[in-house]
Amino acid sequence: MMFVPGNNPAMMQDAFIYGPDSIMLDLEDSVTMAEKDTARLLVHNALKTIDYGTTEMVVRINPLNTPYGKKDIEAVVKAGVHVIRMPKTETADEVREVEAEIEKVEREIGCLGRTQIMAAIESTLGVINAYDIAIASKRMMGIALGAEDYSANLKTQRSPEGIELLLARQTIVVAARAAGIDALDTVYSNLNDMETFRKEVELIKQLGFDGKSIINPRQIEVVNEVFAPKEKDIQKALTILAAIKEAEQRGSGVIAVNGKMVDRPVVIRAQRTIDLAIASGIINKEDI
Amino acid sequence: MEVKNAVAGTLESGDILIQIAPANTAGLHIELDSTVAYQFGKQIEAVIAETLQNFGLTDAEVKATDKGALDCTIRARVTAAAVRATGKDVWAD
Repeated sequence: MMFVPGNNPAMMQDAFIYGPDSIMLDLEDSVTMAEKDTARLLVHNALKTIDYGTTEMVVRINPLNTPYGKKDIEAVVKAGVHVIRMPKTETADEVREVEAEIEKVEREIGCLGRTQIMAAIESTLGVINAYDIAIASKRMMGIALGAEDYSANLKTQRSPEGIELLLARQTIVVAARAAGIDALDTVYSNLNDMETFRKEVELIKQLGFDGKSIINPRQIEVVNEVFAPKEKDIQKALTILAAIKEAEQRGSGVIAVNGKMVDRPVVIRAQRTIDLAIASGIINKEDI
Repeated sequence: MEVKNAVAGTLESGDILIQIAPANTAGLHIELDSTVAYQFGKQIEAVIAETLQNFGLTDAEVKATDKGALDCTIRARVTAAAVRATGKDVWAD
């Protein structure tokens, strides 16, 4: 998910060229108070006009307890945004308030249920309430860590190893998995240190995250390299899925591939490998 | 509709700066300075005029300094300047 300031037309029109899985147009922290009105109109018109292809379009709105939040929701829902990202989410009630505002606009324009919600968790209270937030609405498609505010709230600062974020990251992944939604990691903002960025991406993949937030197109390649499955793993996954399909046709639930038992967790991992390979553009869905 | 001096946009590449002032005479008077005026000048002026008419602003002096903005950016900047000039928002409160 690539963050793009909502008040920069050139960046907004070029962002999809770099091929991120999703683009998050930002109306919150990257926009000054004096330009909230103009950024909202820019984002509304860009969403309505620019063909972003299959890129998932997300807009980070301002909180509802500011003068901007409700107008942000009206503007982006009317423009057909896929996902509204809530900043600094701390409770399930906040999610339900945003959902109610979305519903109001969707009813007005006749597209009830179209808009999904993602919640950014950026405080200790948000981490404590992560699961409640994750299940607060049927529109919830993911929860994400916002590490800068969270670190400040913890009264610490971010380190290259990210030890201070470990509990929050694991809590968010566990909450997302339990709720059946996606978990997305925070941004890494030092563009001159790609080595530490890569280590961070490897860490969050190992923890179970579905993806990484990025602030620059230069970071896309690293994320794709780390998340894309290796050729050997893809072949193994394809063999497992073919074998299980054949076994199902025979009415058998348990099989062995290359002498090893294949049960349900193995099949789930194999399917995830293939899903990632398709998402990474390594194989085509039609070729399977 | 009462019109005050208002500005929206920037002079960065891909953007357009829109300045609106009260009309000296009836109608919309658009003065365009664009890096692509030769190719797209008429189209840019048409988008500005259409956006203001849809907004309900029919009398104003408009100065537009374009740096290669797309139509959607022009619409956004013109609407923002019109909202600022009239105090009439396009979103519900």
